[in-house]
Amino acid sequence: MTMRYVYLLAALLTAIGVSIFAYKWQVLGFPLTDDQETPVWTVETSVHFDAGPGPIKASLQIPTLTPGFGISEEYSVSRNYGFSVNNVSGGRQAQWTVRRTAGQQTLYYRIVVYEDRDADLSDTTPPFPLPPVIDEPLRTAVDVIVSEVRGHSADAASFTAELLRVVNSPSPGSSVNLLLAEVDTPLEFVKIMTTVLAAARIPARIIRGMELQDRTRRANLIPWLEIHDGVRWRFFNPRNGNENLPDHFLIWCRGDDSLVQVAGGTNVEVRFAVQKNFIDAMAVAEKRARVRQSVLVNFSLASLPIQTQAVYSVLLMIPIGALIMVLMRNFVGIDAFGTFMPVLIALAFRETRLFWGIVLFTLLVALGLSIRFLLERLRLLLVPRLSAVLIVVVLLMLVISIASHKMGMETGLSVALFPMVIIAMTIERMSVVWEERGPADAIRGGTGSLLVAAVAYLAMGMNWLEHIITSFPELLLVVLAIVILLGRYTGYRLSELVRFKALSGE
Amino acid sequence: MMFSTARNLRKHGVLGVNERNARLIMKHNPRRLYPNVDNKVITKELALAAGMAVPELYGLIGHQSEVRNLGKVIGERDSFVIKPAHGSGGDGIIVVTGRSARKRDCYRMASGLLITESELQHHTSNVVGGQYSLSGNPDIALIEYCVEFDPVFANVSYQGVPDIRVIVYRGYPIMAMVRLPTRMSNGKANLHKGAVGAGIDMCSGCTLNGVLDNAIVDEHPDTGALIAGLQIPGWNFILQSAARGLEVTGLGYLGVDIVIDRHHGPLILEMNARPGLNIQIANRTGLAGRISRVDELYDAAASPEARAKFARSEFAAATSCA
Repeated sequence: MTMRYVYLLAALLTAIGVSIFAYKWQVLGFPLTDDQETPVWTVETSVHFDAGPGPIKASLQIPTLTPGFGISEEYSVSRNYGFSVNNVSGGRQAQWTVRRTAGQQTLYYRIVVYEDRDADLSDTTPPFPLPPVIDEPLRTAVDVIVSEVRGHSADAASFTAELLRVVNSPSPGSSVNLLLAEVDTPLEFVKIMTTVLAAARIPARIIRGMELQDRTRRANLIPWLEIHDGVRWRFFNPRNGNENLPDHFLIWCRGDDSLVQVAGGTNVEVRFAVQKNFIDAMAVAEKRARVRQSVLVNFSLASLPIQTQAVYSVLLMIPIGALIMVLMRNFVGIDAFGTFMPVLIALAFRETRLFWGIVLFTLLVALGLSIRFLLERLRLLLVPRLSAVLIVVVLLMLVISIASHKMGMETGLSVALFPMVIIAMTIERMSVVWEERGPADAIRGGTGSLLVAAVAYLAMGMNWLEHIITSFPELLLVVLAIVILLGRYTGYRLSELVRFKALSGE
Repeated sequence: MMFSTARNLRKHGVLGVNERNARLIMKHNPRRLYPNVDNKVITKELALAAGMAVPELYGLIGHQSEVRNLGKVIGERDSFVIKPAHGSGGDGIIVVTGRSARKRDCYRMASGLLITESELQHHTSNVVGGQYSLSGNPDIALIEYCVEFDPVFANVSYQGVPDIRVIVYRGYPIMAMVRLPTRMSNGKANLHKGAVGAGIDMCSGCTLNGVLDNAIVDEHPDTGALIAGLQIPGWNFILQSAARGLEVTGLGYLGVDIVIDRHHGPLILEMNARPGLNIQIANRTGLAGRISRVDELYDAAASPEARAKFARSEFAAATSCA
């Protein structure tokens, strides 16, 4: 009966822990290892122009909605200029203003984006466009094309695909020739397409963006066609009518408004440079989660002050030490002083590293034990005697620290942070056991404590484990479940297999 | 290899520490009853109230200020025992068997060493200060009658007092052993300190072969006398007293320690809520089988006498002595 509750509780804890872990790992993209890095793209836009005599107002269209990408940060570098970001009809606009300046000017706008497949695709559903006013003879050409394409299509998407196929055909008809007679640039081509689509009452707009490639000094904005099928926006390659968006395609702006406008300046030129960097995957994951306003991240360690985080990165490892403790005592059956003393000793080893920790610990305990036996002759009462041992331990630490410093070893110094109360308690426990049960038991208990402490230290010191526990503290629920299950373990301990060997009939 | 050993142990009904803690102690020994056995003062009172035989109590010392009264408590007695009320595993016990004829404040311990009254006072003060208590809390020192053990074990013990440990499960004695002090165990009847353990045939009360450090021994390592085949006097009385331990303490899994005094017969020395598992080695038998046998035939209404009888008929050793 109780067993069923134990299994149920353990299963519940595991399920909660693992599902939160899976959500953070798979959906929010928290990295499993701390050296994992995520590529981010830095796009630097530089606006060059020659300043005129009057005040200057420069505005640049900047990315607003970027399907496939999340915006990590953006900033502008422009000495003496006032800078602001405004929302205008086509999206966002960066604006630089200055009252008076002279000579060649360069304004920088830098944006850092990371790839995020699920980045916000939400966008407004546009109204049906009004039939455009087109002059003859283009009007007849548009009507002919629309009616012809409509006959060969079923919905907005297939209409668009068919339209682009017709106008890109190697032997276009006369109406297409007429339509494209005055088209010179790809941008104008896409613009005329939006006009034809508007005549068919399909909302369409031009998007301009760039394919992100590492170390591109001069990236160009490529026009692309975007139509709304009543449910969502869809992207079409204006060159062949395929519905797709190139890989790593960052949508910079929408509409055919000029990219940059400089009032009061001449010889305006815009350049894009793209650079790929790698940054800590953790930072990106947290950014992503914050954008989604995930509750999990609001309650994560990262929301604490750095110093508190540092403390918790140690504290969160204690359950691992406790798990080791349970395994060593209830599975292996190693004798150790106290229930959690080995875990505390293991924590102390963090300051000194394992080898010096064991050396210093053994040295201190051995010296302390000798002093304790000297004190025994004085026949002191229990509490004063413990206090005397504690004081002696502090003095011993001081002596060891100074001696090792004089000898040029820095390890000795960190002993000062060694929790001396633990050492004093160990000395006292060990001396009582020594007197009562003999040196063999005392040394066995002491060695057992050190052994458990060393294993716990090694387990708690594993970097990947520490990273996983601090990034996914919910996994401690799984540790809790394991400990609860082990709490109902009634099988033999490894040491008992030896102890009762005579009874096994072997 | 490991798994086959574990399987064999399971087959022979050997009880492990984890299983003892989870299945027996946690189930049958409610925490609130622990003081009944952990505090020897309470145990003694309960046992006396139940009419069981215990060593006579000379006095209690419960405060540091009373330590100097130690001499008064001892009086003119030549032999006595000082023990902590909350001690475990025989820690903190001093056995005084005589005193120097010329210097009255100089005592002779069971080991033959002399100890002065001020040293005894220091020891008592340590006991009262809690050095030997399980939790380190202030404790009470008991000064009581020093058992003069029955000659039955005279040839198979080195100093100290051999005692009999009976495991009582739900009031039924299920296994017993006698613990014989050796030179190695420093006169203490403690198996893990090197005392010899010998199983006891539950039916007849005869000792079986001895076990020293998990190895079978026929003779006592110090005296060379044969261990097996000793008839323990008053065996039926011992089983009945042990069985009564359930009524006295309320604990369903209990170790009862009994010594046999030359003058007073079997006396209950102490009881233990977490008796060790070495008794299985001494008897070369697992406890699990006997426990399930008791569970099968459990009768809540059975008297201690009936339960002792049950033990004698159910748990006779295969190689019973003549």
